[in-house]
Amino acid sequence: MSTDNGRSLSLATRTAGGRLVPPAQRAEQANPHRRNALTSGHRACQGCGVALAARAVVDAAYRASGGKLVVVTATGCLEVFSTPYPESAWRVPWLHSLFANAASVASGVAAALYAQGREDVRVLAQGGDGATVDIGLACLSGMFERGDDVLYVCYDNEAYMNTGIQRSGATPPYARTATTEAVGGEPGNPPGTGKDLPRIALAHSIPYVATATIGDIHDLEAKVVNAMGVRGPRYLHVLTPCPLGWGSGPAETIALARLAQRSGLFPVFEARDGDITSVLPIRRPVPVEEYLRPQRRFAHLFADPDRRLLTRLQEFADSTKARYGLM
Amino acid sequence: MRSQREASRAVAEVVGRCRPQVVPAYPITPQTHIVEALGAMIRAGTLSPCVFLTVESEFAAMSAAIGASFAGSRTYTATASQGLLYMAEALFNASGLGAPIVMTVANRAVGAPINIWNDQSDAMSLRDCGWIQLYAPDNQAAVDLHVLAFRVAEALSLPVMVCMDGFVLTHAFEPLAVPTQAQVDNFLPPFRPRQVLDPGDPVTIGAMVGPEAFTEVKYLSAQRLDAAVNVFEWFAQEYAEITGRRYHAVESYRIEHADTVVVALGSAAGTLYELADAVPGVGVLLITMYRPFPARVVRGLLAAARRIIVLERAFAPGAGGIVTADVRAAVAGTSAMVHTVIGGLGGRPIRLASLHAVVTADALPDIHFLDLREDVVRREWERDPTVSAMEVRHVH
Repeated sequence: MSTDNGRSLSLATRTAGGRLVPPAQRAEQANPHRRNALTSGHRACQGCGVALAARAVVDAAYRASGGKLVVVTATGCLEVFSTPYPESAWRVPWLHSLFANAASVASGVAAALYAQGREDVRVLAQGGDGATVDIGLACLSGMFERGDDVLYVCYDNEAYMNTGIQRSGATPPYARTATTEAVGGEPGNPPGTGKDLPRIALAHSIPYVATATIGDIHDLEAKVVNAMGVRGPRYLHVLTPCPLGWGSGPAETIALARLAQRSGLFPVFEARDGDITSVLPIRRPVPVEEYLRPQRRFAHLFADPDRRLLTRLQEFADSTKARYGLM
Repeated sequence: MRSQREASRAVAEVVGRCRPQVVPAYPITPQTHIVEALGAMIRAGTLSPCVFLTVESEFAAMSAAIGASFAGSRTYTATASQGLLYMAEALFNASGLGAPIVMTVANRAVGAPINIWNDQSDAMSLRDCGWIQLYAPDNQAAVDLHVLAFRVAEALSLPVMVCMDGFVLTHAFEPLAVPTQAQVDNFLPPFRPRQVLDPGDPVTIGAMVGPEAFTEVKYLSAQRLDAAVNVFEWFAQEYAEITGRRYHAVESYRIEHADTVVVALGSAAGTLYELADAVPGVGVLLITMYRPFPARVVRGLLAAARRIIVLERAFAPGAGGIVTADVRAAVAGTSAMVHTVIGGLGGRPIRLASLHAVVTADALPDIHFLDLREDVVRREWERDPTVSAMEVRHVH
């Protein structure tokens, strides 16, 4: 069956895949027969990175599982905008329980499927950075440690966006949020690297850990496929810009995700059994300010004539590049 | 046939015969012997196919139970005290979503001060979380109520707590009859979930509901919960026909000619029966099903009582008796006097002599703390700087 029906997203090879890209190399999102697991009509903001990422992730996982997929979702934007009763945007079996417990609920689903001899049905859990790095960390760590057969995906928009943009453990240094206002000598979120959950996941030596951004659909989908090719606990951390919380334009979501990777602030890598096996090299590096300037949450960094905090963030990006060998 | 064993062991055996498929477990005294025994059975393969999930907290235990239940598996767990409170959020979620999980609560005090011994503060504090609550008056009932719990839970798609007094019941060795596998299989059909996560028929479970329908969702689940009184009686009759042991939502003893009726939940039953045997005019009402509260049954059984004493193993600070409030509402409009006696807190035994003194006293206060050690209270008051603030309260 031909897929050349004009629904392709772009002609460019780095995007989903158009008519000039051989069908086998096109992204699942360029497949007009994809599941559309998170279908249209939901209530996400314009330019929502989570909505884009969740559709790409679940569609890819759906295909990789042969359609035998159960999805568990934590409380948060994704749950709220996709299931306002009596509507649901989900075209997969989907369960939302609480904010903190998506990993444990998914463990229970996986245990039940195992007990029923239905291990062909795969389990995917998903949550935002608040649900994952903060309130749900104990449940996630337990899921890792027990070896439960679940792929957990964190959509990281770097703050509690659903409750009004408050700081989370994943909020980057100096970012302004509703609970880290840009005032005082150290405006914005206090310095530090935040809670680096991919590294925490690595420390559990689970079969698969990867990071990705919504800026590279091929890489994101490939990581979902790779994760689905393995059994046991797997973790995928996806950077998903939030126009509302970051103070960026809805049309800038993809571009910002790419700049995050190119600046070195968000390393994109893949790891198996606790060891990093590959990194996405930075081919066209940019200074951090190119990534930070379009975001109002960092506007105060540019008001300082000495650019003191910008310098510190550049140092942090440089050390991250060195640590992961991104250059 | 009865044989001598620890009640926790008997509960584990009967839960095993209910053929659970997933048992998420986290240890807390005095529930441990139940999940240890189940874990051993699952490990040995005697309950195959069943998964024993050793989770990292009670919150995770209840969360995994919710996931397993909606994936279509019969699910069981057990907890107590702080553990029950730690899973509080997930308890409301399980009942709100309608997951027919069965859980044993080995009733234990809630700190501070930390105390591992028995009272019912734990389960009482979560009486309104939407679960069916059963309180076992003795260990034979504790065993049988678990089988009934699975049947009622799955018939109504609602979770059930089987509460049994910690240590007093859980750790007692006595001759107990555990229904045979054939009897349980005869009574308890395979689990057929109301809603299930099935790739062949995708459903959304746990949607967000706003003001336009939240009241209706709550109303419907309250109706379902209320139906549990009759559903329990119906299945209890069927269970009696198989095992010869009949249970009721409310049990009564010597109330026909009783002037005073003592109302209680749980293991005080035996002591209260002795009291009723010893003191003419005293009867006993045992509430086995506390949620939903069988108010109509309670009102009917208390119709002739002139004095009602509610013996409670927990209380609501700042308000008084917990069960008392339900009993008062049930007998509203009658002339019966209702008193609260708080006893058995944090493992203190409820003594026959103390109860004897209560029921034969000339007058009873609204709330009486059984066997309160006045010397300890006085000593603490004397060295407590906040006492002056309390005196101000008395003046007003």
